[in-house]
Amino acid sequence: MKKSDAINAPFQPESFEFQDQSQVDEIIARYPKGRDHSAIMPLLDLAQRQVAETGPFGDLPTGGGWIPRAAMDKIAEICKVAPIKVYEVATFYSMYNLEPVGKYLMQICTTTPCWLCNSDDVVKACKDHLGIGIGQTTEDGYFTLMEVECLGACTNAPMIQMNDLFYEDLTYDSMIDILKNLQKDEIPPHGPQNGRRAAMALTGPTTLEEQAKKANIV
Amino acid sequence: MLQDKDRIYTNLYGFEPFNLEYAKKRGDWDGTAALIKKGRDWIIDEMKKSGLRGRGGAGFPTGLKWSFMPKELGDKPHYLVINADESEPGTCKDREIMRHDPHKLIEGALLAGFAMQAHHAFIYIRGEFVHEGSEVVRAIEEAREAGLLGKNAAGSGWDFDVTLHRGAGAYICGEETALLESLEGKKGQPRNKPPFPAMAGLYSAPTTINNVETIASVPEILKRGGDWFASFGKDDKNTGTKLFCISGHVNSPCVVEEEMGIPMKELIEKHAGGVRGGWDNLKAVIPGGSSCPLLPKEVCDTVLMDFDSLREVQSGLGTAGLIVMDQSTDIIYAIARLSQFYMHESCGQCTPCREGTGWLWRVMTRMVKGDASIDEIDMLLDVTKEIEGHTICALGDASAWPIQGLIRHFRHEVEDRILDYRKAKKAA
Ligand SMILES: Cc1cc2nc3c(=O)[nH]c(=O)nc-3n(C[C@H](O)[C@H](O)[C@H](O)COP(=O)(O)O)c2cc1C
Ligand code: SF4
Ligand code: FES
Repeated sequence: MKKSDAINAPFQPESFEFQDQSQVDEIIARYPKGRDHSAIMPLLDLAQRQVAETGPFGDLPTGGGWIPRAAMDKIAEICKVAPIKVYEVATFYSMYNLEPVGKYLMQICTTTPCWLCNSDDVVKACKDHLGIGIGQTTEDGYFTLMEVECLGACTNAPMIQMNDLFYEDLTYDSMIDILKNLQKDEIPPHGPQNGRRAAMALTGPTTLEEQAKKANIV
Repeated sequence: MLQDKDRIYTNLYGFEPFNLEYAKKRGDWDGTAALIKKGRDWIIDEMKKSGLRGRGGAGFPTGLKWSFMPKELGDKPHYLVINADESEPGTCKDREIMRHDPHKLIEGALLAGFAMQAHHAFIYIRGEFVHEGSEVVRAIEEAREAGLLGKNAAGSGWDFDVTLHRGAGAYICGEETALLESLEGKKGQPRNKPPFPAMAGLYSAPTTINNVETIASVPEILKRGGDWFASFGKDDKNTGTKLFCISGHVNSPCVVEEEMGIPMKELIEKHAGGVRGGWDNLKAVIPGGSSCPLLPKEVCDTVLMDFDSLREVQSGLGTAGLIVMDQSTDIIYAIARLSQFYMHESCGQCTPCREGTGWLWRVMTRMVKGDASIDEIDMLLDVTKEIEGHTICALGDASAWPIQGLIRHFRHEVEDRILDYRKAKKAA
C-alpha cells in the first residue's frame, strides 16, 4: 500500500449543513449571551464528527473526520463572525483535519517520556504492518499515520490515540494486534494493553490498600 | 509516608465508579452548603492557611490568587476557569482526577466560584481527552439533576453552573491567557500582561484560572481545615499532599498521591518499583514536567520533591511529572526531542521564541550526532539566555531550561559526542 493520491485530493463540497440543529443550539447555549464566537471550536469539532459519520464527499473511500471549507463558512455564519476568523482557528489547532484522513487515524506519541519507553517500536510496527510512513494514508483509506506530541498519558507510555481512543502500555506486538483487529473493523478495548489498571502500578497498588481490598484488587 | 486516611484522591485508580452515588459515599458533596454559609472570607482564609500552591506548574499560592479578584461585583460577571489542558510532557495527573473523581472537581469549582463571586465556571480540557471530557460532562449533568449545580447550587443559596470546553491540540492553550483566547473562539496566542486576568480575563471580565488538581483539592481542604493540609509537607511554604506522575525508566510507572517534600528516591522506589536495573543505574531525572531542568543522579540521591527544594538545585517541581532516565539513555536526544516539542508548540507571536525554538532544535539535532564544534555549546547556551525572559509567555523560558540543564550537568557528554564524531569522520 502506498500513499493514496485520491485521498489527499483537495476535494471541497459546495455546501455544508449541520444535520442536527438541536446540537448546534445546545452548543451556542453553553456560552453567555452575545458570546457566540466561543462556539467556534465545538462547532468545528461537531462538523468534523458529522463528516466522519456521514462518510466523505465525492468518490473518496470511507474516511475519517475532516472539515471542508463550506463547514467553516457555515460556522462563521452561525457565530456571526467573518469566515477568516474561523479559518484562523481551524488552521491553528492540530486536531482539526483540513483534508480527508483515514477511517482510523493513528496518532503515535513520540515525545520524550514515550520515546524512553520505546515509542520507536510502535512507529515501526505501524510502518511495517501498514506499509506507509508518517503523514501517509493507506490506499484503501483505512489508516492514516501521524506522529504527535505528548498526549498526557506518560505513565502509560508508549501510547497512541486512535480516533477518540487511547491505547496505552504498547509493545511492537500489541500494536500489530490492534492494527489487525482494526483491519477487520473490530475495535479492541482501549486503555492499557498490558493488563494494568489505569495509571496504577502494574505490580499492584502501593497506596489505597483498603479501597483496593474492597474492590477485590490485589 | 502519607497514610491512606490522609489521601484526597481515594479513587485515583478508578476502583469504584466515578458517579455521584459512589462519589457521595467517598465523601464528596458532604456539607458543601455549610462550608459556603461560612462565607467568602472564611474560605479564602482557610485556603491561605492550607498553604496550597497552584498545581499547574508555577506554584502560586491559591488563597492569595483568589484574593486578587475584585471584592465588589462590578458590571461584569466574575469567572472561574479551570485549566485541564494537561499537555506538559511527563504530566498525566489531572486526567486521573477527571476520569475517576470528577465530582471533587465540580464541588471544588462551586466552592472556589463562590469564594470569588463567580456564577459560572469553564473547564478547558485538552481536546484529546475525549473520554475524560465525557466523564466530566456526565458528572456535571448528574450534579445538575441532583440540584448540586444550577439555581441555589447544593442548597447553598449561590447560583452556579459549570461548562466544559474542549481544546483541539495546542500545548500553548495551557498558558492561562492563551487558554482564555481559545475559550473566546480564537487562536490560542497568549496575551500581554497587564492587564492580569483578575482584572480583565475571559470576555474582559474578572477571571481566575486554576489547575484541575488545585480546584479538586479544595473541598477536602475546607472540610478538614487548612491546618490539616498544612500539617503535611516539608515546611509552611511547601505543604500538603500532591499527585506525582512517574514515567520513563522505572519498573512500574504510575500516578500516586504522596506528601509534598517526599525524597525523590523514596518516591521512585516505593511507588514506581525503582529505577530499571536499580538505583545505581539512574542517569538523570526531569523532576517536574519537560520544562524543568534535569537533575543528575548525585542530586537525585538526596533531593526532596517540593517547590523550594527543587528550586535550590536549579530545577523546579513544575507539575510533579518525573521523567526518569537510566544509564542507557541518549540524554542529548532526550533533550533534543523536547526542543522539537517546544518548536512545534510555539504560537509564533514573539520572534525570540518563534525563531529561537527552531534554531535550538536544529543545533540540538546536530549535537545528537556530534556534528558541531565545541564553541557551539556556549553559543547554544547564549541563545537560550537570549530567549529566556524576552518573550510574552513562559513557553520561551520552557524551551531554554531543558537545554541549560543538559549543559549544566552533561556538558562532558555533549563534548565527547562531538569529539567522537570527529574521530569517526577522520577514520572514514
Ligand atoms: C506554555 C505553558 C503551558 C501551560 N500548560 C498548563 C497546563 O496544561 N495546565 C495547567 O494547569 N497549567 C498550565 N500552565 C500554567 C498556567 O498558565 C497557569 O499558571 C495555571 O493554570 C494556574 O493554575 P494554578 O495556580 O492552580 O497552578 C502552562 C503555562 C505555560 C506558560
Ligand atoms: S513565548 Fe512563544 S508561545 Fe509564548 S507567546 Fe511568545 S511565541 Fe507564543
Ligand atoms: S510523552 Fe507520550 S503521552 Fe506524554
